[in-house]
Amino acid sequence: MMYPNDYSYSKDHEWIKIEGGEAIIGITDYAQKQLGDIIFVELPAVGKALDAGQPIGVVESVKSVSDIYAPIGGEIAAVNEKLTQAADLINKDPHGGGWIVRMKIRDKAELDGLMTASDYEKHIESLES
Amino acid sequence: MAIYYSKIMVWDKNLRDFAGCGIHGCHHFRKDAIMKLTRLNSFHKKLGGRMVEFFGWEMPVEFKGIIDEHMAVRTRAGLFDVGHMGEIHIEGPDALPFVQYLTPNDASRLKAGMVQYTALTTPEGTFVDDMLVYFLAENTYLLVVNASNTDKDFAWIVDHRENFDVRIENRSDAYSQIAVQGPKAQAILSPLTDVDLDGMKTFRSAFGKAAGIDALISRTGYTGEDGFEIYTTDPDPGKIWEALLEQGREAGVLPVGLGARDTLRLEAKLMLYGNDISDKTTVLEADLKWIVKFQKGDFLGKAALEKQQAEGLKRKIAGFEIIDKGIARPHYPILADGRPVGEVCSGTFSPFLKKAIGLAYLPIDLTAPGTEIAVVVRDRTLAARVVPTPFYKRGEA
Repeated sequence: MMYPNDYSYSKDHEWIKIEGGEAIIGITDYAQKQLGDIIFVELPAVGKALDAGQPIGVVESVKSVSDIYAPIGGEIAAVNEKLTQAADLINKDPHGGGWIVRMKIRDKAELDGLMTASDYEKHIESLES
Repeated sequence: MAIYYSKIMVWDKNLRDFAGCGIHGCHHFRKDAIMKLTRLNSFHKKLGGRMVEFFGWEMPVEFKGIIDEHMAVRTRAGLFDVGHMGEIHIEGPDALPFVQYLTPNDASRLKAGMVQYTALTTPEGTFVDDMLVYFLAENTYLLVVNASNTDKDFAWIVDHRENFDVRIENRSDAYSQIAVQGPKAQAILSPLTDVDLDGMKTFRSAFGKAAGIDALISRTGYTGEDGFEIYTTDPDPGKIWEALLEQGREAGVLPVGLGARDTLRLEAKLMLYGNDISDKTTVLEADLKWIVKFQKGDFLGKAALEKQQAEGLKRKIAGFEIIDKGIARPHYPILADGRPVGEVCSGTFSPFLKKAIGLAYLPIDLTAPGTEIAVVVRDRTLAARVVPTPFYKRGEA
């Protein structure tokens, strides 16, 4: 799968898309493939303030439990409620309908520390080798 | 007990101690590790299997996905490489008395071709391992033991051979093993073998050909379904694997990895050594009284088990399901009335029942079905209840 060029990526396999001054955050196609069948997602409370690197929530697949980390700091503006009924949206559409939270961005400069799509593709190649 | 991680954990930067694939022994790869390969390794890679390290073996954890593979076994058929399991031969004039001494079940009840589930017990009545005993022929037994325990078991058996005229041989490297499991298993295997599968009852075995190769075929398995396990010492077991895949194509057979093997066996409440039973749990506590035959004569652990039986069990393994939303994983604490009473042994999402299930050793007065307990899932306390086991029984679908 191609990683969208207008998204930014963390080395922990979260993606960020900026839309209307907010950040939409999800996990990448690589991450969902590694996890396998996702069956449950723990979402944060709207309004919660987080620093970059803090856990946003938890993704549970049949075989594993993994934290999702905030790639940048900010405040949770919305969560993807659809995931509470259909967590496998993350498997089916990781970069779209499987988004996890929307966040009010605290400091846009933090985005500079993230990877571009091509850097991210190199990053996962290095993990696979 | 150690916690293990699947390969996914490369993306989990803090490796929190609850994370992992939940299967005892399942690791993410160490890049410098030299791993043991089954003779089917290249076939798994060709089929796109996601390979992990499992007790030093490179094994597929999944192919198409755990849920798809799980449901294939429950509704059609699945194919498993179980070549990592251990095979130990015991032969000689004292083979039967020796097996009787090592195990709590009564091997004297076996006739040639019969198979028995039993344990290797310690003097304390706990598990060195659980295993299958095949009575191959007069004075000849095949013990099929867990991959993780093969060397330990072999050493244990050798250490206890004094006073017995037996020859003990660890033939694990020579054997390959393939399991075909599910309602379509017989239909898939039948055209490929000269063994009369129709006439084969559960826990019976026979020598014959599978895909033209010499094999031992038994009606056994680790999924709760009907199915067969095929053992061969032929250097090319891939012929059997490919023939089964080809023969089963129309029936919808899928190759199945360790992930679905674990969810299948847990639904059927089949024990996993290291998670559910160990050298810290007795056979009676593991609710396996049916494999203990006190009247058969002396065996390792008999006195301890008799004493425990006479005094009454203080704890026992029990099944539970989670009522709230969430999944219990191994080692999560269990509460009753807010007090810690145990921890999760195996716990997962059940693909067939579509709920979170698990096993735990609980104080005996909390083991009745319907008893309300709670499981601490990270920072949340989830309501759960004790339920009858097995969670899934064939034919109830």
